[in-house]
Amino acid sequence: MPRFSRWAARLALVYLVIGFTFGGLLLSNKGVSYAPALWRLRPAHIEFLFAGWMVQLSLGVAHWIIPRFRGGRFGRVELAWLALGLLNGGILLVSFGALAGLPTWAPVVGRAMEGAAALAYLIYIWPRIRPLS
Amino acid sequence: MPPLSRWFIKSSFVYLVATFVSGVLAVVDAAWDVIPGAVQVTPVYYHLFMLGWVSQLIFGVGNWMFPVYSREAPRRSERLGWAVYGLLNGGLELLVLAEVVRAFAAEQAGHWLQAVGALLLWLAGTAFVANTWGRIRGK
Repeated sequence: MPRFSRWAARLALVYLVIGFTFGGLLLSNKGVSYAPALWRLRPAHIEFLFAGWMVQLSLGVAHWIIPRFRGGRFGRVELAWLALGLLNGGILLVSFGALAGLPTWAPVVGRAMEGAAALAYLIYIWPRIRPLS
Repeated sequence: MPPLSRWFIKSSFVYLVATFVSGVLAVVDAAWDVIPGAVQVTPVYYHLFMLGWVSQLIFGVGNWMFPVYSREAPRRSERLGWAVYGLLNGGLELLVLAEVVRAFAAEQAGHWLQAVGALLLWLAGTAFVANTWGRIRGK
């Protein structure tokens, strides 16, 4: 598994554990209420599992299994790394913006960073999506 | 394809059907209020979709396709892998059962079932990561 895929997959696993932990706390607190403030973790729970776990794992696996160029080259892999950085920055801003008392523009910037991450990855992976021959 | 992956993947498709059945129930309940009590079908719908379908499919394919851990234990601990399968599915089924119990039997019992279901799901996720982490590596 190439280096970029290892980073993306491991980050995805970290988000999976934290997202499941937040989800477990939310669900158990909904069943047997012991800390109403836990409800504030809901945006982070959704963001971590959707963007952090599923999207990030998909980007890592795509880099690994989609056909490579001649000689096993990946292409403009710096764009994939840029996407990984933007995605993770965006996830943290969207998840913890409100929780950490950041200004209201923080989640907006976070979502824009996630969109930019998707665009950077699209530009990177597009030429590799082609027939094997 | 190893047996555990087949179980994960087949179960994920069963949950996909269950997802859309619960989706129909959620819409019907929203329109005609046919389900008694404070039952919340929509959260069940999302959890069946994200955990039962998407995550379970990823767990199954990951167990099959990620680089082997070692020659002796290619998929690391088979026993832990089966424990993940049991915990994930047991946790999800408890979440669904909790809503049924809340609607037709004892509300408090439903709350406790939900809390236990949440614990099983957390154990499933943690165990999957523990068993998979060492397989995320180069050749």
